[in-house]
Amino acid sequence: MMEITLSHYLILSTILFAIGLVGVLKRTNLLMLFFATEILLNAVNIGFAAISRYYGDLTGQMFAFFVIAIAASEVAVGLGLLIIWFKRSGDIDLTSMTSMKG
Amino acid sequence: MFEAIAFYLFAFLTIVMFSVTVFTKQALYALTALAAGMIFISAFYFLLGADFLGAVQIIVYTGAVMALYAFGMMFFDTTRNVKEYGRSPQIIFLLSGMIALLIVIIFVVPIVSENITAIYPVIEGVGNSQAVGMVLFTKYLIPFEVAAVMLLVAMIAGIVLAGKKMDYSLTLMEDEEIKLAEESKEKALS
Repeated sequence: MMEITLSHYLILSTILFAIGLVGVLKRTNLLMLFFATEILLNAVNIGFAAISRYYGDLTGQMFAFFVIAIAASEVAVGLGLLIIWFKRSGDIDLTSMTSMKG
Repeated sequence: MFEAIAFYLFAFLTIVMFSVTVFTKQALYALTALAAGMIFISAFYFLLGADFLGAVQIIVYTGAVMALYAFGMMFFDTTRNVKEYGRSPQIIFLLSGMIALLIVIIFVVPIVSENITAIYPVIEGVGNSQAVGMVLFTKYLIPFEVAAVMLLVAMIAGIVLAGKKMDYSLTLMEDEEIKLAEESKEKALS
């Protein structure tokens, strides 16, 4: 209990990932959906850093860096698209994006 | 002992913050809770000895990403509650089943993958930042450069999408306006 092992970090990572996944599935507001994806990426990063520590390998930290870079660019592009969509439709809800009728 | 206390404290705080982010109806609460959660996550990186990653987490996530979200939220109406529309029970059932499956896989994978050896072991005798730099600029140089190009592309895309004083923005115009602009361009060319 007092000794923090790899499993502790992996379980924490899983819990956070599950929270983020619930957010992705539950939210229909696109901004909130973005927040949930940030939670997902952060949860994975904790797992990477923990593996990196407990196996004495720096690869995990490298992957965490690239994940952070990808998250940053995702926010830049996604927020730009979101602003345009809001200007066009006045709404950032997923249910308003049903222009492609199957 | 100290590590255990810090781990449980920050684990609790992070889970609470991210739960607030996911379950609140106020966009501003979600934003601030997410920023706080990001800072608490950097504490785990410091606990794990990944000092450089912890600093990057604070600078990039709470400094850049959250500031970007805060600026983006100025465009949206954030004072009113976020409207959520209900979904059908079948979809909820399906999605929760998928989450359960995913969690089982996540827990099983470390048990299955035994005998992992380090490809790039932690370099002894140097700090974390120096070790990260040595691996990043030798073994991961090409991914690093590609990430740099990707960030450049993202920056240009962000400017083009959200910038106001462009010549004209195709994404903001109606279809007729786009047609008119193209016709006038053709006239100018001929």
